[in-house]
Amino acid sequence: MSISKILLKLTVNGIARQIYVHPMARLLDVIREDFGLTGTKEGCGEGECGACSVILDGMLVNACLVPAVQAQGSTLRTVESLAGVDLSPLQEAFLHHGGAQCGFCTPGMLVAGTHLLETNAVQDEAGAREGLAGNLCRCTGYVKIVDALLATREGRP
Amino acid sequence: MNDYAHIGRSVQRREGRAKLTGAALFTDDFKIEGLLHGATVRSRVPRGRITGIHFEEGFPWDEFVIVTARDIPGKNVVAHLIQDQPCLADGVINHPEEAIMLLAHPDPQRVQDARERVRVDVEPLPPVLSIDESLRCDPVIWGEDNIFKTIHITKGDPDGAEAQGHLRMDATYLTGAQEHVYIEPNAIIAEATAEGVLVRGSMQCPYYVHHALHEMFQLPLEKVRVAQVETGGGFGGKEDFPSMLACHAALLSWKAGGRPVKIAYDREEDMACTTKRHPSRTRIRSAFATDGTLLALDVELLLDGGAYTTLSPVVLSRAAIHASGPYRCPNLRVQARALATNTPPHGAFRGFGAPQSLFAIERHMDEAARRLGLDPAELRRKNLLRTGDVMATGQIMRDEVDLIALMDRALTEIRYAEKRDSYPTLNASDDPVKRGVGFSVFMHGGGFTGSAETMLNSVAALEGTEDGRVRVLAASTEMGQGANTVFTQVAAEALQAPVDLIMVVPPDTSLVPNSGPTVASRTTQVVGKLVLDAGLAMRKTLLDAGLLLDGDVAGAIRTYVARHGALRTESRYQKPDFMEWDDTTYRGDAYATYSWACYAVDLRVDLVTYETQVADFVAVQEVGRALNPTLAAGQIEGGVAQGIGWGLNEEVIWRGGSMANHQMSNYLIATAVDLPRIRVFFEERPFAYGPGGAKGLGELPMDGPAPAILNAVQHALQIAPRQVPMTPEVLMDLVEGA
Repeated sequence: MSISKILLKLTVNGIARQIYVHPMARLLDVIREDFGLTGTKEGCGEGECGACSVILDGMLVNACLVPAVQAQGSTLRTVESLAGVDLSPLQEAFLHHGGAQCGFCTPGMLVAGTHLLETNAVQDEAGAREGLAGNLCRCTGYVKIVDALLATREGRP
Repeated sequence: MNDYAHIGRSVQRREGRAKLTGAALFTDDFKIEGLLHGATVRSRVPRGRITGIHFEEGFPWDEFVIVTARDIPGKNVVAHLIQDQPCLADGVINHPEEAIMLLAHPDPQRVQDARERVRVDVEPLPPVLSIDESLRCDPVIWGEDNIFKTIHITKGDPDGAEAQGHLRMDATYLTGAQEHVYIEPNAIIAEATAEGVLVRGSMQCPYYVHHALHEMFQLPLEKVRVAQVETGGGFGGKEDFPSMLACHAALLSWKAGGRPVKIAYDREEDMACTTKRHPSRTRIRSAFATDGTLLALDVELLLDGGAYTTLSPVVLSRAAIHASGPYRCPNLRVQARALATNTPPHGAFRGFGAPQSLFAIERHMDEAARRLGLDPAELRRKNLLRTGDVMATGQIMRDEVDLIALMDRALTEIRYAEKRDSYPTLNASDDPVKRGVGFSVFMHGGGFTGSAETMLNSVAALEGTEDGRVRVLAASTEMGQGANTVFTQVAAEALQAPVDLIMVVPPDTSLVPNSGPTVASRTTQVVGKLVLDAGLAMRKTLLDAGLLLDGDVAGAIRTYVARHGALRTESRYQKPDFMEWDDTTYRGDAYATYSWACYAVDLRVDLVTYETQVADFVAVQEVGRALNPTLAAGQIEGGVAQGIGWGLNEEVIWRGGSMANHQMSNYLIATAVDLPRIRVFFEERPFAYGPGGAKGLGELPMDGPAPAILNAVQHALQIAPRQVPMTPEVLMDLVEGA
């Protein structure tokens, strides 16, 4: 018995997309498998690590916890949207400060950090740490990630 | 100060751009035609005999590739130091996560579903689930006595000296298992036929995987090819386990006629089934003179190795050698044993035994100071090693490091003296939040122990290309620690070339020589030196050919390759002249050099919730030269974070030999709000045998945080905690039971 799929229409990184998805599909799998946007990572599958952070209609979400059908008609941004020809200021700051090590949490960190900057949610180091608390990193101890975020906010290298 | 063009400068991470844009491809990111997804059927009992395997009736099993031990074409073994671990259980089960059967299917959901429809009947046998049960040999589960390895180190006359001590102490210290929690779970893709085996995946040591596949398939070495792809963290957790996973994926592909098979663990399976840091129990008996001079140490060190040998003998070795810490101790006995239990094998984890034994000695020193009525800093001032002193194995301390000055720098940064005095007064108030300050002093040997680097016989090579670039060829993997960037800097330095000329080739056993595994803080110190020497040799080759006169390295390489067809230079490991080591007596130069550190902590303990919060952390270390200060500091900060986790929060809960809390929601690693700003300071004394003076530093930061934190808790609460992780529950029992 096959379960009928649902037509999902949404805007992904500025491009209108439509695709048939399984009614139980996770947004994470649709992003990775159907759209081929493998920058969004799966670290835990239970919303703990934040490696699958994406921005859905202006909200920061863990794509592993969002049913794909919930993204119907919405606007989705993934890590692949952050750089144009040049890296974004936050990406540049990550490079300069050493905010990426193994690189696996990095896409989620960048998406979360971008969201924090765009919503002007960070005023100081404590706020940066609070804002990034949904994204786990095992390599850096967070110092250089926090530094990159604060430097970008203040418009300095 | 810095005469180098590239060394000592914070060159940006070479693969950084790809990692920042999402373009970097990790194992699970590859799109592969005809891919099958593999899954593993495991034991659910810690020990027993398999009496039957049942497949649910009415399920379309013919859609699946099914592999059991009987399908193994060569030897049923995951080859490492010794060959006691089967690739798939064949009749006998020795731990509750042991792999019994493998399944593969084009649909990843379907294969997970199928796994639940296999029933394995097991006749249970009594398991060994603790160090004590293993010591009692009731029952014997491995060899004749459950002991994987015993190591003895003796120096002077510990019994005679102990009898003369003014203060004699006897205390036992416990450390728990620790899960690596690299954010990328283990993943491997394999394609295997009799014509050849290709394995790609997340790993630290491509040649370990190569060796394991060669042994299991009994295929010629040249028919096995292993390539590392971008690896999302390792910390030791991808040292030996990928050999097992590669064997599993390759067996499925073999049975499927060579179709590609991927096994990508989800977090739960990764946490439950892969290796962890060895739990330990260390009993220290000690004797001190009235003035605090350390007279004797008698250390009994026990490691829980799990069900199979894997790396336990070498973890034990490093633990034993570091057991007396950075102290002058004329009379010493270390008796160390690694024991078998019916849990998944414990394995490499950053620090590799040293964190366990250094935790014990660094806690012991603070307890001794308290008993002697001395400040912990005073006690260390009397006993810290000085250049020329004799270390545990008879090694003369050659490093010209002033450990007292190193310690004083950390104490000044944390404002130790002031806090040591003022906190007891503050803590006398009714405020349930108590403050403490503490520290640890420690060292970490760089590279493999003793003669093992000589036996590894590592080789690295450089190759000039026809377009005038330089390829670095080494088996050392990038897993976030910065090998790509440091090798680039070192090669550029040797050739006096711009860094953009250098490309580090992703490790692939068909392309790169064996520069050894990416472990033991050896990549920069040992392999980096090989890259440097190969670079110097290439420069000499170009000069001898009459090229390079205008300093244009790219032009010289283009010309040379056009004239001669190829340009390649190699360098092979040579031990420092002074190094002598006897593996039978455990005497001699255990390591060519050590990195040295003092870590200091200022913390708060809440006696309502029993939570401990680190408020300030100072990490001062002597690491030779920091080749890339930003990357080096990143290594220290990350290692400290893991060390704080091991000390306070990261508790593996065992149930019947299994990790019960195998989810990120139940096993807690630190978030950004749980950690303070870790303040990192380097002392740089160039090491003559390291590239640009560098020593290994990757593991060092794991050793110091846990004892420093517990020492600060001793200061805050005037109690003697002897166990990590010191969770709120453990602390509450200690305080309220006291």
